[in-house]
Amino acid sequence: MSEPWGPHDLGGQQGGPVDLAEHDTAYWEWQIDAMVRLALKKGLISDFAELRDGIEQLTPEDYENCTYYERWAKSLAYALVSRGVVSEAQLEEKVSAVRARQEAEGAV
Amino acid sequence: MSDPVFQVGQRVRIADRTPPVHHRVPAYAKGHVGVIERVCGLHGQPEKFIRGNGKPAQRIYRVVIPQDELWMNYAGTAADRLEIEIFEHWLESAE
Repeated sequence: MSEPWGPHDLGGQQGGPVDLAEHDTAYWEWQIDAMVRLALKKGLISDFAELRDGIEQLTPEDYENCTYYERWAKSLAYALVSRGVVSEAQLEEKVSAVRARQEAEGAV
Repeated sequence: MSDPVFQVGQRVRIADRTPPVHHRVPAYAKGHVGVIERVCGLHGQPEKFIRGNGKPAQRIYRVVIPQDELWMNYAGTAADRLEIEIFEHWLESAE
């Protein structure tokens, strides 16, 4: 067997039990889903292959520690910064602003 | 678009390489020989969708590999087989 390409390339490895618990989709997860589909429709990213690539570029630690839509969010941010749609500074500024607003609202 | 390079029934080997981008070939299938089961159609190349448009599109083939050739000490029957769709640029003739 060839070396796996990244932490997602799991075929043939022991993975332990499957978590079959039901879970609700949080509102922010729908928002990430919507953003990815809008980015695809507007041509800001080319294809789900580009989203997959960003997920596969995560470090094994990030891959393991992130939930499904956290991986999507990181991948979309990576693609938009790589393509120059937004700068890293703009992204950090926005994240700080949202965090400050949430703290002011007592949401976190 | 050109005609398919590979024909139904032809033996092909899946390339064993690991480009550091999304490429849609699982590690466990790389380097294995299978038989073309059908010609599936065209799709953009995963590797060329990364900050690109996927072009030129590549033909996809369904490749059949016996499971007991993929896994050591495979416990199923000899008739069990993997059917996997692979892009043309990942295949070479193994006739």
